[in-house]
Amino acid sequence: MDTKIELQGVKKRFGQKVVLDGVDLKIGKGESVVIIGGSGSGKSVTIKSVLGIVRPDAGKIYVDGKETTHLHGRAREDVLKKFGMLFQGAALFDSLPVWENVAFGLIQGRGMGRRKAKDIAIAKLAKVGLGSEVANLSPSELSGGMQKRVGLARAIAADPEILFFDEPTTGLDPIMADVINDLIVSTVKDLGVTAVSITHDMVSARKISDRIAMLYKGKIIWQGPTKDIDASGNEYVDQFIHGRADGPIKMEVRG
Amino acid sequence: MNIFASVGRLFLLFLAEVGRLTRFTFSSITSIVRPPIYWRLLVQQIMRIGWFSLPVVGLTAFFTGGALALQIFIGGNRYGAEAIVPQIVVLGITRELGPVIAGLMVAGRVAAAIAAEIGTMRVTEQIDALTTLSTNPVKYLVVPRLIAAVITMPILVGIADAIGVFGGYIVATKSLNFNGAVYLKNTADFVTSHDVMSGLVKAAVFGFIIALMGCYSGFNSKGGAQGVGTATTNAVVSSSILILAANYLLTSILFTS
Repeated sequence: MDTKIELQGVKKRFGQKVVLDGVDLKIGKGESVVIIGGSGSGKSVTIKSVLGIVRPDAGKIYVDGKETTHLHGRAREDVLKKFGMLFQGAALFDSLPVWENVAFGLIQGRGMGRRKAKDIAIAKLAKVGLGSEVANLSPSELSGGMQKRVGLARAIAADPEILFFDEPTTGLDPIMADVINDLIVSTVKDLGVTAVSITHDMVSARKISDRIAMLYKGKIIWQGPTKDIDASGNEYVDQFIHGRADGPIKMEVRG
Repeated sequence: MNIFASVGRLFLLFLAEVGRLTRFTFSSITSIVRPPIYWRLLVQQIMRIGWFSLPVVGLTAFFTGGALALQIFIGGNRYGAEAIVPQIVVLGITRELGPVIAGLMVAGRVAAAIAAEIGTMRVTEQIDALTTLSTNPVKYLVVPRLIAAVITMPILVGIADAIGVFGGYIVATKSLNFNGAVYLKNTADFVTSHDVMSGLVKAAVFGFIIALMGCYSGFNSKGGAQGVGTATTNAVVSSSILILAANYLLTSILFTS
């Protein structure tokens, strides 16, 4: 399998706090990898480093075999055209109607005409199970689950090769969470994209991933196929997936 | 010994802040000249920053002009120089009070609004979302606001000048027994284009400061609602202080040669 994204020894600290302490991870083309880990373990910073939103202090990041660690400006924008991202709180632009949110990357990023972009936006909304009647609503008029769907439609609008999901099910009721999980699985399969998700929801992680990697104290401490997660032989992983308060992982009350 | 350590630490924090602001200013300015320009957003910002500030700026200019006329009349009375009201009013308004008062009012209105909007976008990850959609946040958010503020502030101040002089005229003719035609003639004969232009140059600089500090505070807001609140306060306070400091600097450059 070809490697789509590779992180080599990525380090990042904010002030005194070391967030990433040498992350090594390879993600194959067409693979769906879930990164699990507790709050503050550096999951978000890991994917934001790949996107260039966070600049790593050390280490290298490759996308399609090309180093992208320190790209900026036009070169960075070109790399980002391969990516789509669903943010934790959906991060919809509240000044724009739903359809313009979905079409944003097409209109602003690629200079497509508004009429054509709107047609595509409505088609993408249909893909995530939303009718054209929501197209002219404002994001604030939608429920949390619907906002996530619009966020997903926006992420896939420009037909990306790589999709990132940041806590896709957090804050949703169990049924809506499963709807989103199904949507993620079907979009990833339909589009044949490479997917990287971060979550601490194990139900979601098992459902949407081919492979799981666990991040603890800024390092990947275990990775393997999803079916092997119950027999990982790693006490940190066991504690996490069974949600036990006692074990080698001590919760840091102070962040 | 501790006092030196804390003074030193504060000074380092101050230097770091100045450095960040300088870098932000530089990247904003270089973004202005690079395409694309978002025309739709520019028009929207011109409406928000300029058009909707008109009532507030007009009202303050009117009352300032009126109060100025009254003060000069009372003060001039001590030397028997009360006839000089129209000349001093027009000079004071065009050179100093028009731009400064309009600048401070717009700082309170616009810098706060910009910081709150961009700050909320920061804490809800909307700015990160812009980046992932191959859109440069500085170009999309900062540039339209900067250009709109630099264009509209001189227009606002031009209008404020006229309304301020009119406020002085109303007070002078209605309650100080000035002859209307003479008042206007004295005003027009006395004021020079340099007086007006210098005020408009100041206005453009103040517009730049307002939009820049609003955007900068918003971009650097942290945390949730409280962080956005702090950013809003910072935007108003820092832009007001910078406007007054820049005003002194500009006055000394424009009028001493």
